[in-house]
Amino acid sequence: MKKSSTVTIKPEIRDAGLGSLGSYLTGFVLSIILTLIAYYVVTAKLYSSNLQVVSIIISLAILQLFVQLIFFLHLGRESKPRWNVTVFVFAATVVLIVVFGSIWIMNNLNYNMAHSSDSYIRKDELIKQ
Amino acid sequence: MNNEAVALNSAEILEQENTNKTMFGFWLYLMTDCVLFAVLFATYAVLHKNTFGGPGGAEIFNMPYILVETMLLLTSSFTCGLAMLAVHKKQRKALLIALAITFGLGLAFLSMELFEFRHLVVEGNSWTRSAFLSSYFTLVGTHGLHITVGLFWLATLGYQIFKNGLKQHAVKRLGLFSLFWHFLDIIWIFIFTVVYLMGVS
Repeated sequence: MKKSSTVTIKPEIRDAGLGSLGSYLTGFVLSIILTLIAYYVVTAKLYSSNLQVVSIIISLAILQLFVQLIFFLHLGRESKPRWNVTVFVFAATVVLIVVFGSIWIMNNLNYNMAHSSDSYIRKDELIKQ
Repeated sequence: MNNEAVALNSAEILEQENTNKTMFGFWLYLMTDCVLFAVLFATYAVLHKNTFGGPGGAEIFNMPYILVETMLLLTSSFTCGLAMLAVHKKQRKALLIALAITFGLGLAFLSMELFEFRHLVVEGNSWTRSAFLSSYFTLVGTHGLHITVGLFWLATLGYQIFKNGLKQHAVKRLGLFSLFWHFLDIIWIFIFTVVYLMGVS
């Protein structure tokens, strides 16, 4: 009973974190394509607004993050319980809170404090002078 | 005989479980490093418009140069993956070649980055110029520091394998190194996007 259970566990443990040539090649080619698309969009100025270009290249970066996590780091290939994925999700949450929280708070501070006159606020709130 | 085989198997499994624990510990370290970089990214995002009359990103970033740097690091991440494949096939020579290429590409990346830094400082745009440049040098420099440490680590590992052959602990350390190297490549994607691409757009 015990023997058979140890033998069946083994291949699963072995597989975690091990890639194949195919997976590395796929990850490499996809990463190059995504990098070149982002580079081309910016240098050829294929965008109409700042918000548009930021959302395009950030999406491409996040896509490439997942490409590399899956094809290079083989995240999610481990057997249950998936501690690596759990820790990654926790870290990603902290990262998002720190980055977007900082940007949000500091923009808000700039908006409310940087201008000695309140003309900006008047304009945004559509208050007639 | 059957019992012996099982005993050997369980020793191997124990070894493997130990390796898995070490890998997990190292993964935890990488995730805390992620938080460190997140703080630096947040600082950069907040300060990148505070140029204090100095140049902004669009004036000082040379995009084709940065693209070459990015490709060098990406390729070294790929050859690091090839090295891991060679480890598991026990091909020592292929492994050493892949590690040497990884090292060369990493070193080329680091040299290009240091050359870029030198160029900025010579032109008077050092970290003391403005809040934008302080946060830029801190973020990109911290990544460069990680790359430097990685190169020392890789050189040591390569020497150990060259000298002593593919021992079990060398295989384990190579696994950890490949995690570290792929992680640095992922951080660079975000530096490339947030600092350079968004800086010139």
